Amino acid sequence: MTGRGPHERPSRRVLVRVRLPPFQTLIDAHASELHRFLSASVGPTEADDCLQETFISALRAYPRLRDASNLRAWLYTIAQRKATDAARRWKRQRAEGLEGIELAVAAHDVADESLWLAVRGLPPKQRAAVVHRFVFDLAFREIGQRMAITEEAARQNVHAGIRRLRLEMDR
Amino acid sequence: MNDIERRLAAAAVPSLNVAGLNARLRERATRDGLLDVAYATADSPLGPLTVFVTPTGLLRIRYQDEPLEATLQETADRVSPRILEAPERTDVVRRELEEYFAGRRRSFDVPLDWRLVRGFAINVLRATSHIPFGAVTTYGAVATEAGSPRAYRAAGNALGSNPIPIVVPCHRVVHSGGGLGGYTGGIGRKKILLELEGSLPAGR
Repeated sequence: MTGRGPHERPSRRVLVRVRLPPFQTLIDAHASELHRFLSASVGPTEADDCLQETFISALRAYPRLRDASNLRAWLYTIAQRKATDAARRWKRQRAEGLEGIELAVAAHDVADESLWLAVRGLPPKQRAAVVHRFVFDLAFREIGQRMAITEEAARQNVHAGIRRLRLEMDR
Repeated sequence: MNDIERRLAAAAVPSLNVAGLNARLRERATRDGLLDVAYATADSPLGPLTVFVTPTGLLRIRYQDEPLEATLQETADRVSPRILEAPERTDVVRRELEEYFAGRRRSFDVPLDWRLVRGFAINVLRATSHIPFGAVTTYGAVATEAGSPRAYRAAGNALGSNPIPIVVPCHRVVHSGGGLGGYTGGIGRKKILLELEGSLPAGR
């Protein structure tokens, strides 16, 4: 039988307006930690550009955002994507042997260059999880919240990332 | 903690140049048409004023006693959450205000954005914006000008919620009996403005 029963409510799309804070407050609250996250993910040279691109992408999408409950995780997701783009660009340049690569490599964390280059080469989720765990010293639960994944997934990504780094460094 | 973990934790991460980032974001957002509301705060004889500007024009002026966060959130809700602190975008308004307070300007040239005003209040505030420097008028006269002679109480409410004080000169509206009436920014500020314009003997 088709049609609505008498007790069925007509389906109505409820437009709930999400209350979004003024964008400047997001910059004020999160720019420093995102910068740290990006510096560890892609190196200080690329971090500034990635951070700017993160906020511009966020600003572009902002009015259409339908869930304002975890804006911090939302920003981290965008930052992670920008870091991945930068890492891909870097790999491509390296593969093509373009000039300027020497410069990019040299400008990376000079204290422990080989390790940070390996971090840059990790798959996106592992890279983000490793940075959250060891640069920010976060517990797996907090990492899960920031990355919008489960605590268990955070743990697995950290472990997989470390395992991979160890292999890279032993080579 | 094993060796790799220790080395990761020892990362020397450079600190962020916050001012530089904000400047680059403002410039880029403006270029890409992503800056819907710009604001900046500047000093004035009435205390710090925060000026809000959209691509259409001057949206609102905030007196210090209103909490900035509340004003920002209300602006985000009613106009757009794409709000950045961007002093250079408010330069024109701030310069005109400076000239006004220095006695070198009698009317404002900046275009206005009326988006925060609704209904009858639009008529009231538009009528108010035509009251010249140095003149005062009554609530009843403004209501009449707005099209509803008996709505002087509604006119009073509209003036009380004027989002663009000083530039839309609601301070020039007073009681017919000679009293100053109310003012959003407090009666002290209304007196200062009327004295500045010579409508009220100084120190009354």
